[in-house]
Amino acid sequence: MELKTKSKLEKVFKSGQLAVTSECGPPRSSDPEHIIKKGHIIKNHVDAINITDNQTSVTRLCSLASCIHLKLEGMEPVLQMVVRDRNRIALQSDILGAASFGINNMLCLSGDHQSFGDHPKAQNVFDLDSMQLIQTVRHMRDEGKFLGGEEIKVPPNLFVGAAANPFADPFKIRVPRLAKKIAAGAEFIQTQCVYNLEKFELWMKGVVERGLHEKVFIMPGITPMRSVGMAKYMARAVPGMDVPEELIKRLSGVPKEKQAEEGITIAVEAIQRLREVKGVAGFHIMAIEWEDKVPEIVERAGLYPRPKFD
Amino acid sequence: MIVGQQKPFEEIWGMVKDHKQLTVFGCNTCVAVCQQGGNKEAEILASLLRMRATQEGLDMDIKSGGIERQCEHPFFESAKDLLDRSEAVLSMACGIGVQFIASKYMTTPVYPALNTTFLGDVQTDWHFTEKCQACGDCILGITGGVCPVSRCAKRLFNGPCGGSAKGKCEISKDLDCAWQLVVDRLEALGKLDDYEKLAPIKDWSKDRAGGPRSFKLEDF
Repeated sequence: MELKTKSKLEKVFKSGQLAVTSECGPPRSSDPEHIIKKGHIIKNHVDAINITDNQTSVTRLCSLASCIHLKLEGMEPVLQMVVRDRNRIALQSDILGAASFGINNMLCLSGDHQSFGDHPKAQNVFDLDSMQLIQTVRHMRDEGKFLGGEEIKVPPNLFVGAAANPFADPFKIRVPRLAKKIAAGAEFIQTQCVYNLEKFELWMKGVVERGLHEKVFIMPGITPMRSVGMAKYMARAVPGMDVPEELIKRLSGVPKEKQAEEGITIAVEAIQRLREVKGVAGFHIMAIEWEDKVPEIVERAGLYPRPKFD
Repeated sequence: MIVGQQKPFEEIWGMVKDHKQLTVFGCNTCVAVCQQGGNKEAEILASLLRMRATQEGLDMDIKSGGIERQCEHPFFESAKDLLDRSEAVLSMACGIGVQFIASKYMTTPVYPALNTTFLGDVQTDWHFTEKCQACGDCILGITGGVCPVSRCAKRLFNGPCGGSAKGKCEISKDLDCAWQLVVDRLEALGKLDDYEKLAPIKDWSKDRAGGPRSFKLEDF
Protein backbone atom coordinates (compact mmCIF):
# COMPACT_ATOMS: atom_id res chain seq x y z
CA MET A 1 0.00 0.00 0.00
CA GLU A 2 1.19 3.45 -0.88
CA LEU A 3 1.28 5.72 2.14
CA LYS A 4 1.80 9.44 1.94
CA THR A 5 2.24 10.07 5.65
CA LYS A 6 3.07 8.28 8.88
CA SER A 7 -0.57 8.47 9.93
CA LYS A 8 -1.98 5.35 11.52
CA LEU A 9 -5.41 6.41 10.30
CA GLU A 10 -4.15 6.45 6.71
CA LYS A 11 -2.71 2.96 7.23
CA VAL A 12 -6.01 1.58 8.50
CA PHE A 13 -7.93 3.04 5.56
CA LYS A 14 -5.43 1.86 3.00
CA SER A 15 -5.32 -1.64 4.49
CA GLY A 16 -8.99 -1.85 3.51
CA GLN A 17 -10.36 -1.99 7.05
CA LEU A 18 -13.05 0.18 8.56
CA ALA A 19 -11.36 2.92 10.58
CA VAL A 20 -12.62 4.23 13.91
CA THR A 21 -11.95 7.67 15.32
CA SER A 22 -13.39 9.46 18.28
CA GLU A 23 -12.95 12.88 19.74
CA CYS A 24 -12.18 14.63 22.99
CA GLY A 25 -12.88 18.20 23.93
CA PRO A 26 -10.12 19.96 25.88
CA PRO A 27 -10.90 21.45 29.30
CA ARG A 28 -11.57 25.08 30.09
CA SER A 29 -8.48 25.15 32.26
CA SER A 30 -4.72 24.84 32.08
CA ASP A 31 -4.78 21.41 33.68
CA PRO A 32 -4.17 18.74 31.00
CA GLU A 33 -5.06 15.73 33.18
CA HIS A 34 -8.67 15.75 32.06
CA ILE A 35 -7.92 15.35 28.35
CA ILE A 36 -5.15 12.80 28.96
CA LYS A 37 -7.55 10.73 31.03
CA LYS A 38 -10.19 10.87 28.30
CA GLY A 39 -7.60 9.76 25.75
CA HIS A 40 -6.61 6.74 27.82
CA ILE A 41 -10.26 5.66 28.17
CA ILE A 42 -10.70 5.34 24.41
CA LYS A 43 -7.22 4.78 22.98
CA ASN A 44 -7.45 0.99 22.59
CA HIS A 45 -10.80 1.17 20.82
CA VAL A 46 -10.01 3.81 18.18
CA ASP A 47 -7.33 4.40 15.56
CA ALA A 48 -7.03 8.11 16.15
CA ILE A 49 -8.46 10.75 18.47
CA ASN A 50 -9.70 14.14 17.26
CA ILE A 51 -9.05 17.06 19.53
CA THR A 52 -11.57 19.82 19.03
CA ASP A 53 -10.50 23.42 18.47
CA ASN A 54 -12.48 25.73 20.75
CA GLN A 55 -15.68 23.99 19.71
CA THR A 56 -18.88 26.02 19.73
CA SER A 57 -16.59 29.04 20.04
CA VAL A 58 -16.01 28.44 23.74
CA THR A 59 -12.44 29.17 24.83
CA ARG A 60 -10.56 26.06 25.92
CA LEU A 61 -7.08 24.63 26.26
CA CYS A 62 -5.80 24.74 22.68
CA SER A 63 -6.13 21.83 20.31
CA LEU A 64 -2.44 21.78 19.44
CA ALA A 65 -1.25 21.57 23.06
CA SER A 66 -3.86 18.89 23.79
CA CYS A 67 -2.68 16.88 20.78
CA ILE A 68 0.87 17.10 22.07
CA HIS A 69 -0.23 15.81 25.48
CA LEU A 70 -1.87 12.78 23.83
CA LYS A 71 1.05 12.23 21.47
CA LEU A 72 3.46 12.17 24.42
CA GLU A 73 1.27 9.42 25.91
CA GLY A 74 1.68 7.37 22.74
CA MET A 75 -1.72 8.11 21.21
CA GLU A 76 -2.55 9.16 17.63
CA PRO A 77 -4.22 12.59 17.66
CA VAL A 78 -6.10 14.37 14.88
CA LEU A 79 -5.51 18.10 15.16
CA GLN A 80 -8.73 19.97 14.47
CA MET A 81 -8.14 23.47 13.16
CA VAL A 82 -10.77 26.11 12.58
CA VAL A 83 -10.16 29.15 10.41
CA ARG A 84 -12.29 31.38 12.62
CA ASP A 85 -9.54 32.43 15.00
CA ARG A 86 -6.28 32.46 13.06
CA ASN A 87 -4.97 34.00 9.86
CA ARG A 88 -2.78 32.20 7.32
CA ILE A 89 0.38 33.11 9.22
CA ALA A 90 -0.85 31.52 12.45
CA LEU A 91 -2.44 28.53 10.71
CA GLN A 92 0.73 27.63 8.83
CA SER A 93 2.78 28.22 11.96
CA ASP A 94 0.58 25.82 13.96
CA ILE A 95 0.76 23.23 11.17
CA LEU A 96 4.56 23.31 11.40
CA GLY A 97 4.31 23.14 15.19
CA ALA A 98 2.05 20.10 15.02
CA ALA A 99 4.32 18.33 12.54
CA SER A 100 7.33 19.08 14.75
CA PHE A 101 5.70 16.97 17.48
CA GLY A 102 4.95 14.13 15.08
CA ILE A 103 1.24 14.83 14.85
CA ASN A 104 0.17 13.04 11.70
CA ASN A 105 -3.43 14.08 11.09
CA MET A 106 -5.42 17.22 10.85
CA LEU A 107 -9.02 18.13 10.20
CA CYS A 108 -9.75 21.43 8.43
CA LEU A 109 -12.88 23.26 9.60
CA SER A 110 -14.58 26.65 9.40
CA GLY A 111 -15.60 26.72 13.05
CA ASP A 112 -18.91 27.71 14.59
CA HIS A 113 -19.65 31.40 14.53
CA GLN A 114 -18.35 33.16 17.64
CA SER A 115 -21.86 34.33 18.53
CA PHE A 116 -22.53 30.79 19.86
CA GLY A 117 -19.67 30.90 22.34
CA ASP A 118 -18.50 32.64 25.46
CA HIS A 119 -16.94 35.60 23.63
CA PRO A 120 -19.64 36.82 21.26
CA LYS A 121 -17.95 40.23 21.08
CA ALA A 122 -14.80 38.74 19.53
CA GLN A 123 -13.59 39.58 16.04
CA ASN A 124 -13.57 36.64 13.66
CA VAL A 125 -10.72 36.10 11.23
CA PHE A 126 -11.73 33.89 8.28
CA ASP A 127 -8.65 34.89 6.32
CA LEU A 128 -8.98 31.50 4.60
CA ASP A 129 -12.02 29.26 4.52
CA SER A 130 -11.96 25.56 5.39
CA MET A 131 -11.59 24.62 1.72
CA GLN A 132 -8.56 26.87 1.40
CA LEU A 133 -7.07 25.50 4.63
CA ILE A 134 -7.16 22.05 3.02
CA GLN A 135 -5.38 23.50 -0.02
CA THR A 136 -2.87 25.21 2.24
CA VAL A 137 -1.81 22.15 4.20
CA ARG A 138 -1.61 20.02 1.05
CA HIS A 139 0.44 22.75 -0.62
CA MET A 140 2.80 22.81 2.36
CA ARG A 141 3.11 19.02 2.40
CA ASP A 142 3.21 18.21 -1.31
CA GLU A 143 4.88 21.29 -2.79
CA GLY A 144 7.02 21.95 0.26
CA LYS A 145 6.09 25.62 0.14
CA PHE A 146 4.32 28.23 2.18
CA LEU A 147 1.32 30.02 0.68
CA GLY A 148 3.62 32.99 0.23
CA GLY A 149 5.78 30.90 -2.09
CA GLU A 150 8.86 30.40 0.08
CA GLU A 151 10.29 26.92 0.41
CA ILE A 152 9.81 24.89 3.60
CA LYS A 153 13.05 23.03 4.34
CA VAL A 154 11.31 20.20 6.16
CA PRO A 155 7.65 20.20 5.06
CA PRO A 156 4.93 19.05 7.46
CA ASN A 157 3.73 15.55 6.72
CA LEU A 158 0.08 15.45 7.68
CA PHE A 159 -2.84 13.29 6.57
CA VAL A 160 -5.56 15.79 5.71
CA GLY A 161 -9.22 15.54 6.59
CA ALA A 162 -12.28 17.71 6.26
CA ALA A 163 -15.83 17.73 7.52
CA ALA A 164 -19.00 17.28 5.54
CA ASN A 165 -22.56 17.89 6.56
CA PRO A 166 -24.94 15.93 4.32
CA PHE A 167 -27.86 17.48 6.20
CA ALA A 168 -27.14 21.16 5.63
CA ASP A 169 -28.89 23.10 2.91
CA PRO A 170 -29.04 23.42 0.00
CA PHE A 171 -28.99 19.62 -0.36
CA LYS A 172 -28.38 19.76 -4.11
CA ILE A 173 -24.84 21.05 -3.63
CA ARG A 174 -23.89 18.65 -0.83
CA VAL A 175 -22.31 16.11 -3.19
CA PRO A 176 -20.67 18.83 -5.35
CA ARG A 177 -19.37 20.38 -2.14
CA LEU A 178 -17.70 17.10 -1.22
CA ALA A 179 -16.20 16.97 -4.71
CA LYS A 180 -14.86 20.46 -4.12
CA LYS A 181 -13.23 19.43 -0.83
CA ILE A 182 -11.64 16.46 -2.57
CA ALA A 183 -10.37 18.75 -5.33
CA ALA A 184 -8.93 20.99 -2.61
CA GLY A 185 -7.03 17.97 -1.24
CA ALA A 186 -9.11 16.30 1.46
CA GLU A 187 -8.07 12.67 2.00
CA PHE A 188 -10.62 11.69 4.63
CA ILE A 189 -14.02 13.03 5.64
CA GLN A 190 -15.72 13.00 9.00
CA THR A 191 -19.38 13.88 8.73
CA GLN A 192 -21.82 15.70 10.94
CA CYS A 193 -23.65 13.37 13.38
CA VAL A 194 -25.85 11.04 11.37
CA TYR A 195 -29.35 10.44 12.77
CA ASN A 196 -31.32 10.64 9.56
CA LEU A 197 -29.96 7.43 8.03
CA GLU A 198 -32.12 7.62 4.88
CA LYS A 199 -30.87 11.08 4.03
CA PHE A 200 -27.27 10.03 4.66
CA GLU A 201 -27.74 7.03 2.38
CA LEU A 202 -29.24 9.28 -0.29
CA TRP A 203 -26.18 11.53 -0.05
CA MET A 204 -23.84 8.52 -0.23
CA LYS A 205 -25.67 7.31 -3.31
CA GLY A 206 -24.82 10.60 -5.00
CA VAL A 207 -21.24 10.33 -3.73
CA VAL A 208 -20.84 6.81 -5.15
CA GLU A 209 -22.48 7.75 -8.46
CA ARG A 210 -19.74 10.26 -8.99
CA GLY A 211 -17.04 7.85 -7.82
CA LEU A 212 -16.05 10.20 -5.02
CA HIS A 213 -15.87 7.34 -2.51
CA GLU A 214 -12.82 6.10 -4.42
CA LYS A 215 -11.04 9.39 -3.89
CA VAL A 216 -11.67 9.99 -0.20
CA PHE A 217 -12.33 7.94 2.93
CA ILE A 218 -15.73 8.79 4.36
CA MET A 219 -16.53 8.35 8.05
CA PRO A 220 -20.11 9.02 9.15
CA GLY A 221 -20.29 10.79 12.49
CA ILE A 222 -22.01 8.89 15.28
CA THR A 223 -23.11 10.60 18.48
CA PRO A 224 -25.15 8.62 21.00
CA MET A 225 -28.06 10.45 22.61
CA ARG A 226 -27.95 10.44 26.41
CA SER A 227 -31.57 11.38 26.83
CA VAL A 228 -34.65 12.57 25.00
CA GLY A 229 -33.78 16.04 26.29
CA MET A 230 -30.47 15.95 24.43
CA ALA A 231 -32.21 14.77 21.27
CA LYS A 232 -34.71 17.62 21.45
CA TYR A 233 -31.95 20.13 22.16
CA MET A 234 -29.89 18.93 19.20
CA ALA A 235 -32.92 19.07 16.94
CA ARG A 236 -33.75 22.58 18.08
CA ALA A 237 -30.53 24.40 18.83
CA VAL A 238 -27.51 22.82 17.17
CA PRO A 239 -26.72 24.27 13.72
CA GLY A 240 -26.81 21.80 10.85
CA MET A 241 -28.32 18.90 12.80
CA ASP A 242 -31.05 16.63 11.40
CA VAL A 243 -32.74 14.66 14.19
CA PRO A 244 -35.80 12.78 12.90
CA GLU A 245 -39.00 12.85 14.91
CA GLU A 246 -39.03 9.01 15.08
CA LEU A 247 -35.77 9.03 17.02
CA ILE A 248 -37.18 11.46 19.57
CA LYS A 249 -40.31 9.28 19.83
CA ARG A 250 -38.24 6.14 20.33
CA LEU A 251 -36.29 7.73 23.20
CA SER A 252 -39.48 9.19 24.70
CA GLY A 253 -40.97 5.69 24.77
CA VAL A 254 -38.27 4.49 27.16
CA PRO A 255 -38.19 5.24 30.92
CA LYS A 256 -35.80 8.06 31.77
CA GLU A 257 -33.22 5.83 33.46
CA LYS A 258 -33.07 3.59 30.38
CA GLN A 259 -32.76 6.38 27.80
CA ALA A 260 -28.97 6.50 27.83
CA GLU A 261 -28.79 2.76 27.18
CA GLU A 262 -31.31 3.14 24.36
CA GLY A 263 -29.20 5.98 22.94
CA ILE A 264 -26.18 3.65 22.83
CA THR A 265 -28.25 0.94 21.15
CA ILE A 266 -29.46 3.42 18.51
CA ALA A 267 -25.84 4.41 17.83
CA VAL A 268 -24.77 0.77 17.52
CA GLU A 269 -27.65 0.02 15.15
CA ALA A 270 -26.71 3.03 13.03
CA ILE A 271 -23.14 1.77 12.70
CA GLN A 272 -24.33 -1.73 11.83
CA ARG A 273 -26.58 -0.37 9.11
CA LEU A 274 -24.17 2.20 7.70
CA ARG A 275 -21.16 -0.12 7.55
CA GLU A 276 -23.01 -1.91 4.76
CA VAL A 277 -23.39 1.30 2.74
CA LYS A 278 -21.07 1.45 -0.24
CA GLY A 279 -18.36 4.05 0.24
CA VAL A 280 -18.40 4.11 4.05
CA ALA A 281 -14.78 3.70 5.16
CA GLY A 282 -15.11 3.98 8.92
CA PHE A 283 -16.86 5.75 11.77
CA HIS A 284 -16.21 8.88 13.74
CA ILE A 285 -17.75 8.38 17.17
CA MET A 286 -18.36 11.62 19.00
CA ALA A 287 -19.62 10.76 22.46
CA ILE A 288 -19.84 14.28 23.83
CA GLU A 289 -18.56 14.31 27.43
CA TRP A 290 -19.40 10.59 27.45
CA GLU A 291 -16.08 9.16 26.28
CA ASP A 292 -16.32 6.16 28.64
CA LYS A 293 -19.10 4.78 26.42
CA VAL A 294 -16.93 4.72 23.27
CA PRO A 295 -15.36 1.30 24.02
CA GLU A 296 -18.80 -0.24 24.51
CA ILE A 297 -20.14 1.23 21.25
CA VAL A 298 -17.08 0.07 19.31
CA GLU A 299 -17.31 -3.44 20.76
CA ARG A 300 -21.05 -3.83 20.32
CA ALA A 301 -20.80 -2.57 16.73
CA GLY A 302 -18.25 -5.32 15.97
CA LEU A 303 -15.39 -2.89 15.35
CA TYR A 304 -13.13 -4.30 18.05
CA PRO A 305 -10.24 -5.17 18.20
CA ARG A 306 -8.59 -2.38 16.24
CA PRO A 307 -5.89 -3.22 13.71
CA LYS A 308 -2.29 -3.18 14.86
CA PHE A 309 0.71 -2.33 12.69
CA ASP A 310 4.38 -2.89 13.42
CA MET B 1 -25.09 53.94 0.25
CA ILE B 2 -23.60 54.45 3.69
CA VAL B 3 -26.03 53.49 6.41
CA GLY B 4 -25.76 54.84 9.94
CA GLN B 5 -27.82 54.64 13.09
CA GLN B 6 -28.18 57.32 15.72
CA LYS B 7 -26.37 56.58 18.94
CA PRO B 8 -28.48 56.24 22.10
CA PHE B 9 -29.51 59.69 23.31
CA GLU B 10 -27.77 59.24 26.67
CA GLU B 11 -24.47 58.51 24.97
CA ILE B 12 -24.83 61.63 22.80
CA TRP B 13 -25.78 63.75 25.80
CA GLY B 14 -22.77 62.44 27.74
CA MET B 15 -20.44 63.62 24.95
CA VAL B 16 -21.80 67.12 24.53
CA LYS B 17 -23.27 68.23 27.87
CA ASP B 18 -20.24 70.23 29.03
CA HIS B 19 -20.27 72.63 26.09
CA LYS B 20 -21.83 76.08 26.32
CA GLN B 21 -22.45 76.15 22.58
CA LEU B 22 -23.09 73.28 20.19
CA THR B 23 -24.02 72.93 16.53
CA VAL B 24 -25.92 69.80 15.52
CA PHE B 25 -24.89 69.40 11.90
CA GLY B 26 -26.78 67.24 9.40
CA CYS B 27 -25.47 65.46 6.35
CA ASN B 28 -28.27 65.35 3.83
CA THR B 29 -27.25 62.51 1.50
CA CYS B 30 -26.65 58.87 2.53
CA VAL B 31 -27.60 59.05 6.19
CA ALA B 32 -30.64 61.19 5.33
CA VAL B 33 -32.04 58.33 3.25
CA CYS B 34 -32.04 56.09 6.29
CA GLN B 35 -33.57 58.99 8.28
CA GLN B 36 -30.83 59.07 10.87
CA GLY B 37 -28.50 61.94 10.04
CA GLY B 38 -30.14 64.33 7.57
CA ASN B 39 -30.77 68.01 8.19
CA LYS B 40 -34.28 67.22 9.41
CA GLU B 41 -32.96 64.72 11.96
CA ALA B 42 -30.37 67.33 13.05
CA GLU B 43 -33.21 69.74 13.86
CA ILE B 44 -35.07 67.10 15.86
CA LEU B 45 -31.98 66.04 17.81
CA ALA B 46 -31.12 69.69 18.54
CA SER B 47 -34.62 70.15 20.02
CA LEU B 48 -34.25 67.07 22.19
CA LEU B 49 -30.87 68.27 23.43
CA ARG B 50 -32.31 71.73 24.23
CA MET B 51 -35.08 70.10 26.25
CA ARG B 52 -32.55 68.01 28.15
CA ALA B 53 -30.36 71.04 28.84
CA THR B 54 -33.41 72.89 30.20
CA GLN B 55 -34.31 69.92 32.40
CA GLU B 56 -30.77 69.87 33.78
CA GLY B 57 -30.79 73.63 34.33
CA LEU B 58 -27.87 74.14 31.94
CA ASP B 59 -27.33 77.26 29.87
CA MET B 60 -26.51 75.81 26.46
CA ASP B 61 -26.85 77.45 23.05
CA ILE B 62 -27.76 74.64 20.69
CA LYS B 63 -28.10 75.40 16.97
CA SER B 64 -28.83 73.09 14.09
CA GLY B 65 -27.81 73.18 10.46
CA GLY B 66 -26.54 70.98 7.73
CA ILE B 67 -25.20 70.57 4.24
CA GLU B 68 -25.67 68.07 1.42
CA ARG B 69 -22.44 66.16 2.07
CA GLN B 70 -19.87 66.41 4.85
CA CYS B 71 -17.22 64.57 2.86
CA GLU B 72 -16.42 67.18 0.19
CA HIS B 73 -14.99 70.69 0.62
CA PRO B 74 -17.27 72.66 -1.75
CA PHE B 75 -20.42 71.79 0.22
CA PHE B 76 -19.04 73.50 3.32
CA GLU B 77 -19.16 77.00 1.77
CA SER B 78 -22.77 77.59 2.79
CA ALA B 79 -22.11 76.61 6.41
CA LYS B 80 -18.84 78.49 6.90
CA ASP B 81 -20.21 81.13 9.27
CA LEU B 82 -22.18 78.65 11.35
CA LEU B 83 -19.21 76.32 11.84
CA ASP B 84 -16.71 79.16 12.40
CA ARG B 85 -18.86 80.35 15.32
CA SER B 86 -19.38 76.88 16.82
CA GLU B 87 -17.70 75.92 20.08
CA ALA B 88 -18.37 72.25 19.31
CA VAL B 89 -20.03 70.28 16.50
CA LEU B 90 -22.21 67.21 16.79
CA SER B 91 -21.97 65.72 13.32
CA MET B 92 -24.87 63.65 12.04
CA ALA B 93 -22.72 62.28 9.21
CA CYS B 94 -21.07 58.90 8.91
CA GLY B 95 -17.55 58.54 10.28
CA ILE B 96 -16.19 60.09 7.10
CA GLY B 97 -18.03 63.36 7.64
CA VAL B 98 -17.05 63.52 11.31
CA GLN B 99 -13.38 63.17 10.37
CA PHE B 100 -13.71 65.65 7.53
CA ILE B 101 -14.94 68.33 9.94
CA ALA B 102 -12.25 67.40 12.45
CA SER B 103 -9.58 67.92 9.81
CA LYS B 104 -11.07 71.23 8.59
CA TYR B 105 -11.53 72.72 12.07
CA MET B 106 -8.44 71.75 14.04
CA THR B 107 -9.46 73.47 17.28
CA THR B 108 -13.17 72.61 17.27
CA PRO B 109 -14.29 69.49 19.13
CA VAL B 110 -16.46 67.28 16.90
CA TYR B 111 -18.58 64.36 18.09
CA PRO B 112 -20.32 61.56 16.19
CA ALA B 113 -24.09 61.42 16.61
CA LEU B 114 -24.25 58.23 14.57
CA ASN B 115 -22.68 54.83 14.51
CA THR B 116 -21.70 54.16 10.91
CA THR B 117 -23.10 50.71 10.47
CA PHE B 118 -22.60 49.47 6.92
CA LEU B 119 -22.62 49.96 3.15
CA GLY B 120 -26.01 48.82 2.09
CA ASP B 121 -29.14 49.15 0.03
CA VAL B 122 -32.70 50.31 0.63
CA GLN B 123 -34.92 47.24 0.71
CA THR B 124 -37.91 49.36 1.70
CA ASP B 125 -38.28 52.80 3.29
CA TRP B 126 -37.62 51.28 6.69
CA HIS B 127 -35.34 48.34 5.93
CA PHE B 128 -31.67 48.66 5.00
CA THR B 129 -29.30 45.74 4.51
CA GLU B 130 -25.54 45.36 4.25
CA LYS B 131 -24.22 44.53 0.79
CA CYS B 132 -20.56 45.54 0.58
CA GLN B 133 -17.48 45.68 2.79
CA ALA B 134 -15.24 47.57 0.35
CA CYS B 135 -12.74 44.69 0.41
CA GLY B 136 -10.96 46.18 -2.57
CA ASP B 137 -11.06 43.13 -4.84
CA CYS B 138 -14.59 42.44 -6.04
CA ILE B 139 -15.52 38.83 -6.77
CA LEU B 140 -19.22 39.32 -7.55
CA GLY B 141 -18.52 38.10 -11.08
CA ILE B 142 -17.89 34.56 -9.83
CA THR B 143 -20.50 34.41 -7.08
CA GLY B 144 -23.58 35.12 -9.14
CA GLY B 145 -23.75 38.74 -8.01
CA VAL B 146 -24.06 37.89 -4.30
CA CYS B 147 -21.26 39.08 -2.01
CA PRO B 148 -20.04 36.47 0.48
CA VAL B 149 -17.62 38.92 2.10
CA SER B 150 -20.41 41.13 3.39
CA ARG B 151 -23.33 38.72 3.48
CA CYS B 152 -21.84 35.49 4.89
CA ALA B 153 -21.19 35.68 8.64
CA LYS B 154 -17.95 33.73 8.05
CA ARG B 155 -17.17 35.49 4.75
CA LEU B 156 -16.60 32.09 3.14
CA PHE B 157 -15.37 32.06 -0.44
CA ASN B 158 -16.34 28.43 -0.83
CA GLY B 159 -19.54 28.19 1.16
CA PRO B 160 -22.01 27.38 2.46
CA CYS B 161 -20.85 26.10 5.82
CA GLY B 162 -22.59 23.25 7.61
CA GLY B 163 -24.83 25.68 9.45
CA SER B 164 -26.95 26.68 6.45
CA ALA B 165 -30.53 25.54 7.11
CA LYS B 166 -33.64 26.19 5.04
CA GLY B 167 -31.96 29.10 3.31
CA LYS B 168 -31.04 30.81 6.55
CA CYS B 169 -27.75 31.48 8.33
CA GLU B 170 -26.77 29.60 11.49
CA ILE B 171 -26.48 32.85 13.45
CA SER B 172 -30.05 34.04 12.81
CA LYS B 173 -33.24 32.73 11.30
CA ASP B 174 -33.87 36.26 10.01
CA LEU B 175 -30.68 36.27 7.96
CA ASP B 176 -30.49 34.73 4.50
CA CYS B 177 -27.62 32.32 3.94
CA ALA B 178 -25.51 34.15 1.35
CA TRP B 179 -24.39 30.87 -0.18
CA GLN B 180 -27.94 29.67 -0.61
CA LEU B 181 -28.47 32.89 -2.60
CA VAL B 182 -25.27 32.26 -4.59
CA VAL B 183 -26.39 28.73 -5.43
CA ASP B 184 -29.90 29.91 -6.38
CA ARG B 185 -28.45 32.59 -8.65
CA LEU B 186 -25.94 30.24 -10.30
CA GLU B 187 -28.78 27.81 -10.94
CA ALA B 188 -31.00 30.56 -12.41
CA LEU B 189 -28.12 31.56 -14.67
CA GLY B 190 -27.63 27.94 -15.75
CA LYS B 191 -24.15 27.99 -14.20
CA LEU B 192 -24.53 25.64 -11.24
CA ASP B 193 -21.46 23.71 -12.44
CA ASP B 194 -19.41 26.80 -11.58
CA TYR B 195 -20.14 26.07 -7.93
CA GLU B 196 -17.39 23.44 -8.00
CA LYS B 197 -14.69 25.90 -9.04
CA LEU B 198 -12.48 26.62 -6.05
CA ALA B 199 -12.36 30.32 -5.27
CA PRO B 200 -8.78 31.59 -5.13
CA ILE B 201 -7.28 32.52 -1.77
CA LYS B 202 -8.15 36.14 -1.11
CA ASP B 203 -5.63 38.97 -1.32
CA TRP B 204 -6.59 40.86 1.83
CA SER B 205 -3.86 43.44 1.27
CA LYS B 206 -6.41 45.34 -0.81
CA ASP B 207 -8.77 45.31 2.17
CA ARG B 208 -8.53 47.31 5.40
CA ALA B 209 -5.85 44.79 6.41
CA GLY B 210 -3.40 46.39 3.99
CA GLY B 211 -3.62 49.73 5.76
CA PRO B 212 -5.68 52.83 4.94
CA ARG B 213 -6.44 53.03 1.23
CA SER B 214 -6.52 55.92 -1.20
CA PHE B 215 -6.29 56.53 -4.89
CA LYS B 216 -5.46 59.50 -7.10
CA LEU B 217 -6.72 60.35 -10.55
CA GLU B 218 -3.55 60.44 -12.59
CA ASP B 219 -4.84 62.99 -15.14
CA PHE B 220 -5.23 65.66 -12.49
